[in-house]
Amino acid sequence: MIFGKKEKKEPAPKSQAPKAPVSEPIAKEETKKEERPVANKITVGHVHMSGCTGCLVSLADTYEGLFTILDNYADLVYCLTLADARHIPKMDVALVEGSVCLQDELSVEEIKETREKAAVVVALGGCAAYGNITRFCRGGQWNQPQHEGFVPIGDVIDVDVYIPGCAPCPQQIRNVCVMAYLLLKGNAEQQALAKAYLTPLMTLASEGSKAVSSEACGCDIMTKVINQGLCIGCGTCSASCPVYAITMQYGKPNIERDMCIKCGACYAACPRAFFSFDVVNQYETIIDAINGAMNPGGN
Amino acid sequence: MDYLGKYKTAVAARSTSAEVLRCSQDGGIVTSMFLYALEEGIIDGAIVAGQGENPWQPKPIVATSAEEILSARGTRYNICPNMSVLKKSVRQYGLDKVGIVGTPCQMQALRKAQLYPVGLRDVTDKIALAIGIFCMENFSYQSMKQIVEDHCNVDLHSLNKTDIGKGKYWAYTNRGAVSQIPLKLTHKYEQPGCHVCLDYVANLADISTGSVGSPDGWSTVFIRNNNGENIWNKAVAAGVFETKPIESVKPGLELVTKLATEKITKNQKELEHRAKFGVNKGLRNPYI
Repeated sequence: MIFGKKEKKEPAPKSQAPKAPVSEPIAKEETKKEERPVANKITVGHVHMSGCTGCLVSLADTYEGLFTILDNYADLVYCLTLADARHIPKMDVALVEGSVCLQDELSVEEIKETREKAAVVVALGGCAAYGNITRFCRGGQWNQPQHEGFVPIGDVIDVDVYIPGCAPCPQQIRNVCVMAYLLLKGNAEQQALAKAYLTPLMTLASEGSKAVSSEACGCDIMTKVINQGLCIGCGTCSASCPVYAITMQYGKPNIERDMCIKCGACYAACPRAFFSFDVVNQYETIIDAINGAMNPGGN
Repeated sequence: MDYLGKYKTAVAARSTSAEVLRCSQDGGIVTSMFLYALEEGIIDGAIVAGQGENPWQPKPIVATSAEEILSARGTRYNICPNMSVLKKSVRQYGLDKVGIVGTPCQMQALRKAQLYPVGLRDVTDKIALAIGIFCMENFSYQSMKQIVEDHCNVDLHSLNKTDIGKGKYWAYTNRGAVSQIPLKLTHKYEQPGCHVCLDYVANLADISTGSVGSPDGWSTVFIRNNNGENIWNKAVAAGVFETKPIESVKPGLELVTKLATEKITKNQKELEHRAKFGVNKGLRNPYI
């Protein structure tokens, strides 16, 4: 189903009723599909800039969760790896993976086109949001040695939402997908909740896009949290670091800067980076809503 | 402002295990709860404050046996970054059902991590039991050392127990001497981040507990959500705790509310102060 629209119907029954005869479930699936308010789905695209495809793998890493999202909430209208579309179409949400290579004309063109075609642009993962590992590139690589300037997409276009991390966490992507759906298609109450949920990630994006150089690293934990007298020594930054660059020493994070890949996970995870009582006090409601959305049959 | 957070019931309770109570801070609630949950398979292990490198320095450990849980009894009054081993508890220890104890801020961190699991792939759905402890403020290890060794004149190696209560900081030595200083003297050593904290009784935990409100040797317990209620009721039915209605004990919830109000009001003022800290410049406010 994820391989473009034509093949959409085939794998779905497999996952739902693998033992049943082939003809029946297909028929069932078709009637179901007609009943579904497909018009209510949002359209999502995955735009691949200079990244390693790890973010896309994370998107698919919710296993059946991805099927649920594509069945009920979103149509994948553009994704070079998984969908049969060659040109960036109009879409509600663009998930952009990777940073922009300034020497690659096509990349620059495509990221600008993405901004024109997408209502919401999400920087998916550390590279798109903060440059991440591509911040260390100095060019000289076979077979395009002149490709040496890589910038986060926020340096070229305005970005609406950041999902930091390397790779971004599948559950975080799932939560953003569900919330984006509620924001665009939900009732007033759901929209308010989704807006409150997404606000911090939108703030990260607007801060990142505004900055001359939207870099993130363990330094943010130092400058924006500890230097500001806000650290509580909880250790969440340390647990969130994908490269184990942060250890807790005498109750405070100790950051190995040479190991840091600048993915932005530690700062985004820190409860003293942003914390909304409006959102977190409703943690049970939100977790239930997301579980409910991901399990529409209720099993 | 909701000073005590959402809760279903509040009781005074203490463990029925003499072994737990022998070294527990108050009613032995956290230790007994985790021991029971581990035995019943509600959790596979728990993140607790084990012994660090230096005397009285805690270190977060992933306890998977009763011995390890028992080793973590008692309050250390300095920072133990329990959240830091959350990923490790799932990835390296392979736990599917994680128990975790923490201060109110650590419970905030935990719930934020469940909603925004940045960098915690497949981890946050494995939290099975989150126990919060009441917390007015915390100290760095060096601050605690300063208070005990410099102010109380007790060597950390001979310290048997510390406690905060009745407006004083208490240090009990192994040989039975007691040293106490006015709590006021300790304020300047507090962790700065604690001064903007707006939670006293771990509002976001499944179950939260602390000494305040209940008689000596007992703890006040808030059962906050369905998960907490479910596990608590089973534990009480199994005879793990003896309980009294909170209304029947002195000083009761009145004191808890008073202290919570004091803490939160003071820290809200601190946030206002921070907003106008410099000349037309403020410090960052984490709450949005």
